[in-house]
Amino acid sequence: MSALLGVEDLRVTFPTRTGVIEAVRGVTFTLGRERLGIVGESGSGKSQTGRAIMGLTAEHGTIDAKRLEFNGIDLLKASKAERRALRGRRIAMILQDPKYSLNPVMTIGRQIVETLRAHEPVGKAEARKRALDMLSAVQIRDPERVFDLYPHEVSGGMGQRAMIAMMLIAGPELLIADEPTSALDVTVQLDVLAILDRLVAERGMGLIFISHDLRLVSSFCDRVIVMYAGRIVEELPAAKLSEAQHPYTRGLLNCMPEIGADRHPLPVLDRKPEWRT
Amino acid sequence: MTPALAIDGLSVEYDDFVALDDVSLTVAPGESFGLVGESGSGKSTLLRAVAGLAPVSFGTITVDGKRLGGKRDKAFYRKVQMVFQDPYGSLHPRQTVDRLLLEPLAIHGFDDTEGRIVRALDEVGLGVSFRFRYSHQLSGGQRQRVAIARALILEPSMLLLDEPTSALDASVQAEVLNLLEQLRATRKLTFVMVSHDLAVVTHMCDRLLVMQNGGVVEQLASTDLAARRVTTDYTRGLLVASEGFCRKS
Ligand SMILES: Nc1ncnc2c1ncn2[C@@H]1O[C@H](COP(=O)(O)OP(=O)(O)O)[C@@H](O)[C@H]1O
Ligand SMILES: Nc1ncnc2c1ncn2[C@@H]1O[C@H](COP(=O)(O)OP(=O)(O)O)[C@@H](O)[C@H]1O
Ligand SMILES: [Mg+2]
Ligand SMILES: [Mg+2]
Repeated sequence: MSALLGVEDLRVTFPTRTGVIEAVRGVTFTLGRERLGIVGESGSGKSQTGRAIMGLTAEHGTIDAKRLEFNGIDLLKASKAERRALRGRRIAMILQDPKYSLNPVMTIGRQIVETLRAHEPVGKAEARKRALDMLSAVQIRDPERVFDLYPHEVSGGMGQRAMIAMMLIAGPELLIADEPTSALDVTVQLDVLAILDRLVAERGMGLIFISHDLRLVSSFCDRVIVMYAGRIVEELPAAKLSEAQHPYTRGLLNCMPEIGADRHPLPVLDRKPEWRT
Repeated sequence: MTPALAIDGLSVEYDDFVALDDVSLTVAPGESFGLVGESGSGKSTLLRAVAGLAPVSFGTITVDGKRLGGKRDKAFYRKVQMVFQDPYGSLHPRQTVDRLLLEPLAIHGFDDTEGRIVRALDEVGLGVSFRFRYSHQLSGGQRQRVAIARALILEPSMLLLDEPTSALDASVQAEVLNLLEQLRATRKLTFVMVSHDLAVVTHMCDRLLVMQNGGVVEQLASTDLAARRVTTDYTRGLLVASEGFCRKS
């Protein structure tokens, strides 16, 4: 398995009036053409890790790494224009809230068509057809109708799927999905995962799946990275999640209610200061 | 025994849209009753109808044997309180915890507001050090504790809980669920709790109603659900989905 992405000792910091926030504190991993899950509680640095790879860290933030490499390209040395070009075509990110990624004044269909035509020289009719196909691929039942709707005219779940369609139409090699399904119903969630799954299997795409849902991630990904306070505390094959060693990982698994398990009260996390170091 | 809540043939319509269609249920005093179903199935509408916040077109709602009219009076809100999903939206960000807790007490003319606020904070595990913080200075879990304290400060007998932990991390969810269970036991509260998470609902509730498109799919005991004794494909589908992703090869 060739490495698609190499991340070594990634650090993301933000200066604030009250001191420096270390959002990511030395994260190291490699990604092949596989499904890698990043899990952890809110604030653990998952999104900032993804954004740093995308080149979407906020202006006032600082990125530092020993290595940040995509397909042999040194992302630390790449110019803004080069990063932008990569972002459009070869690396894509799906955000939790589609509102930030869809243009509110353009119909969903036109956005997908324009994304496609920015990357491939295809004719209008062909582009329309591909956009409609992609909308059906993300399980939108009535693609012809949705094609002509504006983002505010569709439900959250449908907006999310429309955004996924837009991200996928360019055929990225690396997809970073940041809580892409958290706002969706379980059944829809699984449909979206099945779409992503197929893309990894059929197109050899690399996928970083960010989520706070440890169980969902372990049922879907090949490998899981567990983050706490900006660091990786544990990395393990998804199938071996039940053998997790770190008390944080075990605590996260344990505190979730389970159908048929009668645990009252639920075990809670007892956070230890040494987990931070 | 008089049910704490009895709903009979309830329908809610927004213009021409039927959000709730002929729903009936009864909840015994001290029982914890769950509502599950995908988004848009009418779960929140049902709670809002009980709270007098949705346009009821048919049916009746009875609380402690008393049939509710179109308007809810003060006495109703002393008895029935609601906690919402979003700990950011439901509390005014520019108010201190103290003011948020004082407001309902003042409206209902309670005495000993000082003692009640201190006790309420203690009961939800926050302590008095939180009393003069602004709600925007609190974490999601802390806000939800304040929301629960605010709901309980009037000493209601019933809580309507609309996805109270959906916006929280799993570890914080566990703490809030434990808190709710403990309060229910000590105060003998009746819960009607909405969640899209089957595991949360079966953990918290004795019985549950599965909803779809504003209607009832089936009603069953949590133990039946855990034992896979379900009668509809819809509920079976929800159960399978709750087990996570399954790769079909
Ligand atoms: N623009 C920013 N300025 C300052 N701090 C930030 C900024 N963005 C994120 N952070 C901080 O970085 C940490 C990690 O955030 P994030 O990566 O979004 O966490 P997660 O996605 O795991 O919930 C948090 O403590 C957050 O408050
Ligand atoms: N104020 C309203 N006006 C019009 N339609 C509404 C209103 N409130 C809810 N609805 C509709 O009623 C249906 C049920 O909504 P809701 O009870 O919020 O579902 P749930 O809580 O199960 O997700 C949805 O289709 C929703 O769009
Ligand atoms: Mg995040
Ligand atoms: Mg709702």
